[in-house]
Amino acid sequence: MRIYGNLLKKLFYTYQNNNLARVSSAISGGYHINRRLLVTTPVAKTDVEMVDITFVRSDGSKIATKGKIGDNLLDVVVNNNVDLDGFGACEGTLACSTCHVIFKQKDFDIIKEKLTDEELDMLDMAFGLCDTSRLGCQVCLTKELAGVEVKVPEGVNDARSS
Amino acid sequence: MLLKHISKNNLKLGTLGNNLHKYLSSHGHTGLDVRLLLRRSNHRFCVIGSGPAGFYAAQHLLKLKPSSRVDIYEKLPVPFGLVRYGVAPDHPEVKNVTHTFTTVLKNPNVAFIGNFEAGKDITLGKLKESYHAILLAYGASEDRKLNIPGEKEHVVSARDFVGWYNGLPANRDLAINLETKKRAIIIGNGNVTLDIARILLSPIELLEKTDISPYALDALKKSTISEVVICGRRGPLQVSFTIKELRELVNMKSARAVSEIRDFDGINEQLLKDFPRPKKRLTELLLKSAQASDTTSSGSYSKSWFLKFMRSPKMVERHGDKLHLTLEINEFDPANKERVVGTGKTEVNICDIVFRSVGYKGRRIFDELPFDENTGIIPNVGGKIENGIYCVGWAGQGPRGVILSTMQNSFDVAKTIIQDMESVPHSDKSGFETIKNLVTDKRLTCYTDFVKIADFEEKHNRKVTTIDEMFKIINGKL
Repeated sequence: MRIYGNLLKKLFYTYQNNNLARVSSAISGGYHINRRLLVTTPVAKTDVEMVDITFVRSDGSKIATKGKIGDNLLDVVVNNNVDLDGFGACEGTLACSTCHVIFKQKDFDIIKEKLTDEELDMLDMAFGLCDTSRLGCQVCLTKELAGVEVKVPEGVNDARSS
Repeated sequence: MLLKHISKNNLKLGTLGNNLHKYLSSHGHTGLDVRLLLRRSNHRFCVIGSGPAGFYAAQHLLKLKPSSRVDIYEKLPVPFGLVRYGVAPDHPEVKNVTHTFTTVLKNPNVAFIGNFEAGKDITLGKLKESYHAILLAYGASEDRKLNIPGEKEHVVSARDFVGWYNGLPANRDLAINLETKKRAIIIGNGNVTLDIARILLSPIELLEKTDISPYALDALKKSTISEVVICGRRGPLQVSFTIKELRELVNMKSARAVSEIRDFDGINEQLLKDFPRPKKRLTELLLKSAQASDTTSSGSYSKSWFLKFMRSPKMVERHGDKLHLTLEINEFDPANKERVVGTGKTEVNICDIVFRSVGYKGRRIFDELPFDENTGIIPNVGGKIENGIYCVGWAGQGPRGVILSTMQNSFDVAKTIIQDMESVPHSDKSGFETIKNLVTDKRLTCYTDFVKIADFEEKHNRKVTTIDEMFKIINGKL
């Protein structure tokens, strides 16, 4: 019992540090543990860091929710059943612009994922395109983005009709 | 107990009010008529057409009035319209929208009725009697023509070609032979044009991984097409295609872009600077590919594509085994730089196959309703044609725009319908329960029939491309 307790403590510690190399060295520390089992064990919710995020609809109404660090904004909308009509029609495959969101400049600047040509191409079809527009499916939550507020513009615009 | 009663008697939600009433009164609850409580939300809606416009509208109607009932009618035995038969096979991610549509189909308040031709199998009058609102979402099923000599004999309709490679039953027998053909010319500057160019130029290994129809894959395997010329009436600043589709073609490893740099005279940074971002980026990409085509050696590419601007088709003739396409050279109208006028000068382009891809056009399906023959659109105000009759998507707006513009339009029109329903005095309407008794001469299909076909397609990894085969699967004979 005690041995396993210690091992679990060790594992918990390494999980907290989010350091896979250390997790695996802890596993191989002389104890026979099924690695696959360990990898597929769901991580308890309390271990995952959640950050606040607010979606602001075009009519000004706000939806405050929480998202896991590392999840993209489309995941957040899907996991929390955020009521945004038509959001994420192509399911995050960069084939539409329905998850278009507009960031504040300061938040836009600290987004880790860089804008690619392919994302820009889809954004070009979006209604209400701004310099701080992104596709929600391409932006992952980080600690730095905690409390972020994004605007969700209504509708889409076809570039060909302009 | 009550739920048991409902499930035992296999009660439909539409008759729930009446049955609840029956149940409650038979159990001594006479004071309350539940029918009154359920009444106001028991609207019956009819959607004609099961493409994106129809599904997004149905989805929104049910969101705003969850207890209403929506019957979705479709001419083919299977749903999804242009998502199934229009979206290019190498764009499977676009087809992810069908997951949302399937959720709509699984809603117990939704019925899918396939193999049903509105206007032919039923009159508008009968539909009006059976529904509180009728929503026309049948798209644009015709294509625009060039109206030039030789068109009928020698020009392939892009719409038919797309239907052919996507396994649309009506187009599966299109006589397409790409053997010994070298040069294809596509007339038109929209996304359908670029889809066709991409399908013609793609390495066969890429197409093999898609759900392209098996016979189209065979024909493309034998294809010897090595040059695709895309021909536009106006210049690089007036193209209708979008940047995603252009970039796919530009980035193609198997085919080289060729342009005439002089088409880009006057298009420079100074001009681009003032464009809105989408137009600026699209034009920059066109310009970049034109500049690169001047310098890249042709050595590593076996195929090429070429954007030819400022040309209007005048005539197609067959000379031996070649086609001669006569193009008139245009110039910009000095009074309006978005328009072109012919110069009277022509050139003859020798090629093997000519496609016309100059847009789609709506069709009239109900003689009782107004229809603009010129635009192919049913005249409407914000989607409303007259009391109780509405249109969404291409049927009401014309065939322009991607799925997402249609989605927004569908949401807007659904909202209008629900608002209008507030002032419509309630009456009992029987929807499909009545309609099905009026169509007795043919087998209509339902959602479970479609599931059988979809399962078959998944199992055999190919699209079912004849109506006959679809019914064999439905009837368990395949």
